[in-house]
Amino acid sequence: MSRLLPFLGFMLLVALFGFGIWWNTGHDPQAIPSPLLNKPAPAFALPKLYEPTVTVSKSDLLGKPYLLNVFASWCVECEVEHPVLQAETSTLGVLLVGYDYKDAPEDAKRWLSEHGNPYGLLIADQPGQTAIDFGVYGAPESFLIDGKGVIRYKHIGPLTADVVATELKPAIAAVLKESP
Amino acid sequence: MTPELGQLALILALLLALAQGILPLIGAWRGNRALMAVARPAAAGQAVFVAIAFGILVWAFVHFDFSVRYVADNSNLALPWYYRIAAVWGAHEGSLLLWIFILNVWTVALAAFSQKLPEVFASRVLAVMGLIAVGFLAFIIFTSDPFGRLLPMPGDGGDLNPVLQDPGMTFHPPVLYTGYVGFSVAFAFSIAALLGGELEQAWVRWARPWTNVAWAFLTCGIVAGSWWAYAELGWGGWWFWDPVENASFMPWLVGLALIHAQAVTEKRGSLRAWTILLSIFAFSLSLLGTFLVRSGVLTSVHAFASDPRRGVFILAFLTIVVGGSLLLYALRAPKVAGGKSFKLMSRETVLLIGNLMFAVAAAMVLLGTLFPLVGDALNMGRISVGPPYFGFLFPLLMLPVVLLLPFGPFLRWGKSDTPILKQVLLRAGIAAIACAIVAAFFVDGQPRAIAGVASLVWLGVGVALYAAKRWREMPRGRRYPAEMAGMLLAHLGVGVFVAGVLITESLSVTSDVRMAPGQTQHIAGYDFRFDGVHQTTGPNWRADQGVVTVTRGSDLVGVMHPQKRTYLRGQVQTESAVDAGLFRDLYVALGEPMDTANIEGAWSLRLYYKPFVRWIWGGGLLMMLGGFTCAADRRFRIKRIVESETVEVLLVQETHA
Repeated sequence: MSRLLPFLGFMLLVALFGFGIWWNTGHDPQAIPSPLLNKPAPAFALPKLYEPTVTVSKSDLLGKPYLLNVFASWCVECEVEHPVLQAETSTLGVLLVGYDYKDAPEDAKRWLSEHGNPYGLLIADQPGQTAIDFGVYGAPESFLIDGKGVIRYKHIGPLTADVVATELKPAIAAVLKESP
Repeated sequence: MTPELGQLALILALLLALAQGILPLIGAWRGNRALMAVARPAAAGQAVFVAIAFGILVWAFVHFDFSVRYVADNSNLALPWYYRIAAVWGAHEGSLLLWIFILNVWTVALAAFSQKLPEVFASRVLAVMGLIAVGFLAFIIFTSDPFGRLLPMPGDGGDLNPVLQDPGMTFHPPVLYTGYVGFSVAFAFSIAALLGGELEQAWVRWARPWTNVAWAFLTCGIVAGSWWAYAELGWGGWWFWDPVENASFMPWLVGLALIHAQAVTEKRGSLRAWTILLSIFAFSLSLLGTFLVRSGVLTSVHAFASDPRRGVFILAFLTIVVGGSLLLYALRAPKVAGGKSFKLMSRETVLLIGNLMFAVAAAMVLLGTLFPLVGDALNMGRISVGPPYFGFLFPLLMLPVVLLLPFGPFLRWGKSDTPILKQVLLRAGIAAIACAIVAAFFVDGQPRAIAGVASLVWLGVGVALYAAKRWREMPRGRRYPAEMAGMLLAHLGVGVFVAGVLITESLSVTSDVRMAPGQTQHIAGYDFRFDGVHQTTGPNWRADQGVVTVTRGSDLVGVMHPQKRTYLRGQVQTESAVDAGLFRDLYVALGEPMDTANIEGAWSLRLYYKPFVRWIWGGGLLMMLGGFTCAADRRFRIKRIVESETVEVLLVQETHA
């Protein structure tokens, strides 16, 4: 019997790990609702990418919902996301705001001229300070912000056609229904 | 097209691994020599295909093939070539490919050097290696394909994690993995013995050098990792009880126990079941380490991957390999306590105590590593078990080891007499106490530093006494066989290591300061003058580089250049400056500028004075050297197992002549 002890002890470990995996799968760290979800978006004031002297602040955008898309020219996954944004920008029904993250403005402009510009408005956060307030992990990330300035939906990683259809568009529809 | 060839090579390797894992086992069971003979060619073929796959991935990195997702994610056009090669094992997929590649190197060595073993036994050992390879190849092919394409192909890639862009990190993973994977040999050997139902002492002798080499590599890998953390992370620490460090430390502890248990089994025939159990544990903990790091069950700085599919696969693999072998052990382990008996006062007893301490320490580390997971599962939030737990329990467990270590070599197998032990106790004890008293005046009465000096002298004198005894009593040429020289080296390494740890921990001086250019800080007898910060660039980074001039009295000690690098893709990495010395390190890390707009102004800096910190790694390297030296003993390179006794007689005659 005592020879079975190591085996039984190990099986206990396996059960623990199995539980751990199950738990982590059920509670995907990426799916954990951002603490900012359904909270007001942090206040920000950032220069426009193409007109650095003009600053856009949170209050300027109040009144209408918009989708804030964090991207950067150095971000490989953004190139995967970009065609989706290009295709969907006209059908979203809200303003698509590009948030250029930790990027040299020239690089971003070159990148946009290469890949196309789906954004209705472009702001630049070169030092990346405001992104910390938004809790940005890395590009790409997207925030749906309603007319009252509250974050209503957040997606980490590239938006795929699938995510847009099953998650983003229903969220936009819900937001649009509230604000006439 | 080439990346697909890599994939194909992996699939072919998997098929050969299946052949290597299954056919020889059937052959050994049925007594079919043709099937047993499959093992070696299949192993060689598998190694060739894995090497091809590995080579193709290296090629893809060297030639900037960003159409391969893994290459695009982990390198870019500006990354220097040596880091592009290191990037092969810089993330999940590639490090698994490295794992399987190293497993194949070990298997090929095993196939080449196992010709002297009985055919049935050798084919079982190779088959077990094949089955391990099946698991890892399937894991790579089905969940972690390093050759996956990224379309459209980006013009430039991401970046290798900047903390990995350091010379220490380029060779740390391969060396560490060589150690991890090397325990598979002892494991395969034990499983083969369990399958065959017998464990010959001669086979243990054959397995010993393999375990020693694996353990020495693991030691080297851990030392490299510790040194890298010290130099690169900018916190000045050398060990953090981080889950990933623990993952490498647990097999190390069990491997250490295994080395000593194998010696007992080989020479006396006792502790057979324990040796088998330890070799299962050593390799299981290596697998567990891979599981912990790669499944994302424990999230830490190292856990790059968290894909539940991978976690499930590794868990299933672990269950089959470890659960299966422990079940096999329960059913087939040698039932009768074999071998020669021993009295309380014997070498077996101290080795057993040491073994117990190492095993308990490994269990303690395992518990501390897994405890946060339990807390997480029970929804108690993230509990971290940090240095207080480990830092209290580990020294407590190692204390008896340090105290008993000098006596080990003096004790005889079976039964020993006490006068010689009293002599050792008296001589080493007096030397240690005397040195401790002298040292007390130099270290401001710091108890830990005094204990460090005392342990070094205690262990050093113990080693010296035994070396002197051999010198007096043995004829020339037979005084220090490699096995014994290695043992003495490694034991001396323990003393050097303990002294380094205790002195560094108690006498280090840390100072977080704000310095304007021209200002001077006085620390531990050294004057650090901050001469401002300027900008500099490297192949793929730009940096704010500080200049700190260190003087002692009127002598210039050195000019140090701590950096704060910003890599191409925006990641910031601190590159601390270290002025290394045998007895002390000076260490400067650059913090933040007081005013971000004016980097030429004042900065926050972290200054360290770390006495004897090199001794920590020096001790580790001595232990590593000891392991390699032991493995080189000619006693292990016998001509043929069945004739071993006669060969030994011949060897003895040769040396007499």
